[in-house]
Amino acid sequence: MEILEKIAAQLQQGEEEEVAALTQRAIDAQIEPKQILDQGLIGGMNVVGELFRDHEIFLPEVLLAAKAMHAGLDRLKPLLEAADVPSRGKVILGTVQGDLHDIGKNLVGIMLRGAGFEVIDLGNDVSPERFVQAAKENDAAVIGMSALLTTTMPVMKQVITLLTEAGLGSRVRTIIGGAPVSGDFAQQIGADAYAYDGANAVEQIKALTV
Amino acid sequence: MRESCEIPAAEILPAAEALLARQGIGAGADPPARVRALCQEARALFGELARGRALWEEISAAEFGALFAGEGRNAPETPLGGIYPRATRLVLYLVTLGPAIGARITELFAGRDFALASMLDAAASEGAERLERRIEQRFDEGPRQRALCYSPGYCGWDISGQRALFARLRPGEIGVTLRESCLMEPLKSISGVIAVGPPRIHDFAPRHSFCGECRSRNCRERIARILEA
Repeated sequence: MEILEKIAAQLQQGEEEEVAALTQRAIDAQIEPKQILDQGLIGGMNVVGELFRDHEIFLPEVLLAAKAMHAGLDRLKPLLEAADVPSRGKVILGTVQGDLHDIGKNLVGIMLRGAGFEVIDLGNDVSPERFVQAAKENDAAVIGMSALLTTTMPVMKQVITLLTEAGLGSRVRTIIGGAPVSGDFAQQIGADAYAYDGANAVEQIKALTV
Repeated sequence: MRESCEIPAAEILPAAEALLARQGIGAGADPPARVRALCQEARALFGELARGRALWEEISAAEFGALFAGEGRNAPETPLGGIYPRATRLVLYLVTLGPAIGARITELFAGRDFALASMLDAAASEGAERLERRIEQRFDEGPRQRALCYSPGYCGWDISGQRALFARLRPGEIGVTLRESCLMEPLKSISGVIAVGPPRIHDFAPRHSFCGECRSRNCRERIARILEA
């Protein structure tokens, strides 16, 4: 549908006002909210994610597109809620206890929302208990943990241990990221996945929640 | 001796290239005009909001040894453990950009101005490091006595070391407090010790247990900087 393609194209340019106006036009034209979301907004963000992954655009351009996506989503949200359209899944995000570096985690959250996930961002300096409690309370599919300090990496293992002890190990998947973290470390501590950047985190979480 | 100072934002304003580099945009890249505009906006906000303050106090090797041992949670072997006993001077320090810049970053994220928030965060991180280097340079005595900063949370010095450092330095007077988890408020603050001594004392091979997990390896750049100078 032409208008959905226009939404996706304007979103890729980070034109928030255009995206909001076009989304409203699509709503007024009685296009299904889920279709506007999937083909217009998420469709546009998927292209942005691919361009970023392929180093064809820069991070600030991804973030401008994310803002435009939210402008469209604001128009759609009441309709999506009324129609009880489910999200792709809930993801708990946080920077682990003892660590304050949360910019990378914030970017992952923005990109996950752009991909249609519901994100519960616990912020930085998050204790293992808070991660597990939030996963329980929100019936989350995934816990995403970030660390920049090597000294805080062991907290990631504590979260996974606590999750297993709470009987949630098989239901709630875990993914880790951050400068000192690696795929080998993820394996060592029993995390389900490792992401090297925001775009990769979205791909990994999509795979975990299939 | 305990001293403090204020450093105007203009003196620690990060270069546009440094901000772009922190956004993954290298020197050879040609970002679009809207990205360059964001960079300039972030630099302008930095100039308006950053309030650079620094506090430092000289400490003896014996006193620092006790402080460094802290709660006994450091890695068994650390670079700093080998450096501080050979240093000719040791200076505890703390620098901060103040609360306003962090508050604006939070506001921008909450208001979904993600790109500007991210750029301002990069400016603040770069600015805090520039401020730290300014203090480091005060103690640099030339080619034979080089100064280098070391911080809790890095290179095997456990983050819990912040408690002993704060107890000694008492940085409340420049508005910095410590959370239960040993993180600082405001977030854009850096603390640690400046070790001054012959360049070779700072040199170490990255063969510690934690080096394998570290991907930044900026220790190599730091060491190269003082060895080559």
